This record gives sequence, C-alpha cells and structure tokens, in this order.
Amino acid sequence: MPAAVSFENITCTFAARNGGRPYTAVKDVTLSIGEGEFVSVVGPTGCGKSTLLNVAAGFLRPSSGTIRLFGEPLSGINRRAGYMFQAEALMPWRSALGNVTAGLEFRGIEAAQARRRGEDWLARVGLSGFGDRYPHQLSGGMRKRVSLAQMLILDPPILLMDEPFSALDIQTRQLMENELLDLWSANRKSVIFITHDLEEAISLSDRVVVLSAGPQTHPMGDFPIALARPRDVSEVRLMPEFIALHDRIWHAMKDEVLKGYAQTRNRVAG
Amino acid sequence: MKRPRLWLWQVLILAAVFVAWQLLTQPGLIPPFVWDNPDRAAFFFGEPVKMLKVIWAWFSDGTIYKHLWVTLEETVLAFVIGAVLGLAMGLWLGLSATASALLDPYITAMNAMPRVVLAPIFMVWFGLGIWSKVALGVTLVFFIVFFNVYQGVKEVSPVVLNNTVMLGASRRQLLRHVYLPSATSWVFSSLHTSVGMAFVGAVVGEYLGSASGVGYVIQQAEGAFDINSVFAGILVLTAFALVLDYAVTHAERRLLRWRPAQSETEQL
Repeated sequence: MPAAVSFENITCTFAARNGGRPYTAVKDVTLSIGEGEFVSVVGPTGCGKSTLLNVAAGFLRPSSGTIRLFGEPLSGINRRAGYMFQAEALMPWRSALGNVTAGLEFRGIEAAQARRRGEDWLARVGLSGFGDRYPHQLSGGMRKRVSLAQMLILDPPILLMDEPFSALDIQTRQLMENELLDLWSANRKSVIFITHDLEEAISLSDRVVVLSAGPQTHPMGDFPIALARPRDVSEVRLMPEFIALHDRIWHAMKDEVLKGYAQTRNRVAG
Repeated sequence: MKRPRLWLWQVLILAAVFVAWQLLTQPGLIPPFVWDNPDRAAFFFGEPVKMLKVIWAWFSDGTIYKHLWVTLEETVLAFVIGAVLGLAMGLWLGLSATASALLDPYITAMNAMPRVVLAPIFMVWFGLGIWSKVALGVTLVFFIVFFNVYQGVKEVSPVVLNNTVMLGASRRQLLRHVYLPSATSWVFSSLHTSVGMAFVGAVVGEYLGSASGVGYVIQQAEGAFDINSVFAGILVLTAFALVLDYAVTHAERRLLRWRPAQSETEQL
C-alpha cells in the first residue's frame, strides 16, 4: 500500500533577495508517512519544518523532488489535507459555527445540513452553545478548538499541523493534545505534526523525525514511539519508557539545536 | 466628571456663547466701538434671537423639510454610489498588481485634484437637479473608500487566506468570503469620513447652483443679505450633520459586531 504522504528527494531553494546567495532551506528530504500514522517532526528553530509542511499542503512547489499522496504526485493545492496553523486562522467576521461550516459551504453542502454537522462538531470539541460567538469573543484555547473542528469536519485523510498549540498556556495545551488524540483515535488519519517541543512530539506520535539544523535541512533521525495507546499526555510523560526515549532523541538533537542556536546568534550579531 | 454634570456644563457653554453673541450684536445695547453705526454688528453677525425665530418659522410652516429631504437624498445617493464604486475599484486594484501599477499615477493625480472645481462640469452634464450634487459627492466619497479598501485588501491576513484555501475555497469564494468582508470592514471604518464627505459634496453642489436643498436656502438668503437666515441655515445643517453622524455610529455598531470594540475585553 502506498504511503499517505511521501516526500521524495525534496529540495527547496529560495532565490535571494537583493543579490545575496540563494538559500537552500531543505535539501534532499525523503520521508514517508503511512496511512493512519501520527508522525511528529522536530528540529531546531529556523530549520525549515514549516517549509516541508507548506510543500505537503501545496503552497510551495519544491525546487526538485516529488511529493506523492497515496502514490499520486501532488500538483497545486493539496485537496486531501487539512491544515492547522500556528497563528490565528479563523475568519473574524464569521461566528464560530460559521467558521466550522465554511468548508462545507465551499463544497456546496446544503445550509441546514452544514449547520447540523457544524453543531455536532462544535459539541465534539466541547463548544456546544458557543456557535454564535465571534472569534474575538473566545479564548485562545477555544479558538484552537474551533480551528480543529473546522479542519476535521471535512474529514480529510491527511492532517498537517504546524505547531498548532504553541501559543497556548501549558494546561490548555495538554488538554488540547489529549482532545486531539481522542479525536484522532476515533478516526485515524495520517498526521504530520510540526513542533519544537520534544515532549509534545513523543507523547502524541507513533514516530518522531528529527531534522538537522538549517540551511540544507534533512532528516537525521527517525524514532518509533512504542508507547501504548490510548495515552494521556500528562501521564505518559512520567513513564520510564518515555524518559528513556526522550533521552535518546534529545541526545541525537542536542548538537543540531546548538548549531541552530549558534547560527541564529551569528545572524543577529552579523 | 460624571455624565449629567458634563452635559449640564456643555449646555451652559452653548447658552453662554448665544447670550454673548446676542449681547454683542443687539443694536444699541452696547456703545459701538468697532463700527460707528450701531446696526453694523447685527448686519455682519446676525442676531441669535432672530436666527432662532427664522428656524422656528421654517419648521413650523414646514418649508425646510423639502430642502432637508433633498440634501439627505443627495448625501445618501452620493455615499452609496461612491462606496460601491470605491469598493469595486479597490478590490480590483488591490488584487491585480498589473492594474494597480498601470493606474497608480492617475489615481494619485485625480485624488490630488481639488474636486470642487468639477462642480461646474457636473452642472453642465447633469443639470441643476440632484444628480450634479450626487456626482460631486461621489468623487469625494470614492477616493476615501477606494484607498481604504485598497489598503484593506493588501492587509488581509495571509494565514486566514491560506486557511480558507485549505478549506477548499475557489478563487471566487475567496473573493466573496475573505476579500469582500475584509474590505467591507474597511469601508465601515471610514464610514464617518465618507458620509461627511458625501454631505459636503451635496451642500457645496447646492450652494453653487440648484433649486432646492439646504445649500440653496443659504445661498438665497446670502443673495438677499439676510444674514440671520444664513446663520439659521448653517445651524440647521450642523444639527442635520450631527443626526447623520449618530445614525452612522449606530449602523457601525450593528454591522461590525464581529470586531472587538476598544472597551470590550478580548476574552470571555
């Protein structure tokens, strides 16, 4: 069976502005995500994690290499994926319900049916009764729930998540992580979850991929996470297996994180 | 200061201004120190009591309603037409880099031109009826709305845009569900200015040549050296503008319900 998403020798080079050298953010990345697999991608800041996700979403065409979805090469926007952004992505002029049902509306689903399904999804993310609130009337965590429902209502086989919970406080974040796991267990989709938080990556995933520091980022470690499911993200962190895994992956990452940090510092200094 | 106290003082200031005005212009009340003729002050500055009597007469015999209605009609038409044109042009130039690069110098030039000089041309084209005033108002409203929408389109959050694309929106749906609401919110944020400009266009147009409207009433009174009626007309216009502004504030509050108000807390 072909993988849900497979990156084949993906390289992304950006033309330099004002006469500098072109910048190769990602070099020769080969990576595949199986059907129903939850894969986290971790790496130092500025290493091109988001570039990879943008390639998978179809926002960015790689300079070379192919991206395949279930064996077929992707061209244009990825219609089989849902994307959850790090920043606020809700339409501020639509109510929570209006935001959740937007995708159904774009697909021409009849209004009454869209409304019913929207309300059902709002209830599933714990927001029943909040449908008529506008995004600015909701807390950060609530807005993330609306985003989650907005993405999942379309039932995409692939989920692309770009540090979706990084702006939340730690308690809300763990709640959201558990909710994501519950929803995902009920209907297993292929997930690419970008994060810089190793604990988050291990507690959620089936596999953790470690990227090298940029430029010319490439995967440099691939760790299967054999922790039992269902998991509770705050409890799983206390298990000895978790700590051992964390240790191993952190050792593999540490040099790259330091390299990435040094580069950022030099860039600021220079 | 508390609300009622503030209002009391505001009313007192207004009353004081009127009383001072009356005292300074009443013929023969104070010895003339600028002009040797005691009637001169009243000739140039009018007398508030007489002015209020003129206003009372206008409203009691109902002659002013026809003129107010004409001015209102012109203002509303100028605003609506100008806003729709500005919205359409702003969206078009905001979304098409080629069109905006091509038309940029012309837009700048047309905006720099003092548009009141177009009034005579509009008189020739559209006659002395309401449409020449509407046209003048439209040229004033158009640019305010246009620049706001243009800026608004450029500043649509790329994340919201990408998110909507990922939810499956076509280019048309993107225009209808992201660019248009975002641009409309910019139209409403400039609502006070643009309605004010529509009003200015209407009144100036009437003043320059017409057969009805409050601007016409003022112009007629001026022709007869009836300074009290001129001031009466100005007062009526000011009150009318205040009512209009109040209506706009009300409309704004209803239409931009989704935007966080300054005083409202960000979160629940």
